[in-house]
Amino acid sequence: MRPVIPYVTAALLFGLGTYGVLRRRNAILVLIAVELMLNAVNLILVTADTTVRSQLPHGGQVFALFVIVLAAAEVGVGLAIVLQLYRMRASVAVDEVPLAEPPSPNAPAEPSAPPPATAATTGEADR
Amino acid sequence: MTGTDALLLALGALAVGSGALAVATRHLVRAGLYLVLCLAAVAGMYLVLTAELVAWVQVLIYVGAVVVLLLFAVMLTRAPIGASTDLDRPGWPAALIGGGTGLGLAALLVDAYRWSSVPLPTAGSAERIGEQIFGSWVLPFEVLSVLLLAALVGAIILSRPDIGRSPVGPAGGSGADETPAATPTETPTGTSTEGRRSR
Repeated sequence: MRPVIPYVTAALLFGLGTYGVLRRRNAILVLIAVELMLNAVNLILVTADTTVRSQLPHGGQVFALFVIVLAAAEVGVGLAIVLQLYRMRASVAVDEVPLAEPPSPNAPAEPSAPPPATAATTGEADR
Repeated sequence: MTGTDALLLALGALAVGSGALAVATRHLVRAGLYLVLCLAAVAGMYLVLTAELVAWVQVLIYVGAVVVLLLFAVMLTRAPIGASTDLDRPGWPAALIGGGTGLGLAALLVDAYRWSSVPLPTAGSAERIGEQIFGSWVLPFEVLSVLLLAALVGAIILSRPDIGRSPVGPAGGSGADETPAATPTETPTGTSTEGRRSR
């Protein structure tokens, strides 16, 4: 087994993830790119586990499992933040998020109007 | 070049190709589906690299849970179905930094390993990984369970605005703004459904 093949694959996947994080405007696509980067790190860990003789056996695979758990927690909290952002601003574009000013009290009221309307209509449709 | 190398090359090419499509496509849903393909290819590489447990956990958690969550978020944020042109920033810096990172790391690893060959160990079983997790790594494992609980509670509190806002005094005004905003929207829909019923 040539270890250079999975290593180079992981490096290219990490580069693609970096490109996606910097390039994408949609917050969900940014999260997808972050998943690519986490997978590249996992691939490095598993490849190192099979190629490098370490003092603790299978440390790389254990760390890969830990990173998978961390990624699941990250994507849960991240998607909750994205949905809250959509509820407040009716948009998930990451470059339209104002970082300095606090959201004005009138701003959440107007974009939050469509989602309850659809919830009401679907609820009515179910009935 | 043995069969293992050929398999790794094919799966690696599939992973990199679908990953590139996932960060380059203009369809929001297709990006998630290309991510599934990329994750499955990486899981196949884990299988070839004798990490069976990690491969199946990858399929279960990533393909089964994370991608489903991402697709749910795509649907809940009312993403456009067809191709959309506003998904990307005009980004030569992104291409420069991403390409530089990927190719730089690849050059570093190629220089370190230089087509050397390593014998694969015997196929790993879940038993040995379990011994390691519950032997040497039991403290990080328990800390991770606390982290998962914290993430769960945090996600629930973030996604329910009525929990976080009510005790705060000035933010209660915005929470009070939302309830009148919700009631007038309900009344037009109610009238519209009544109109439908009258029809």
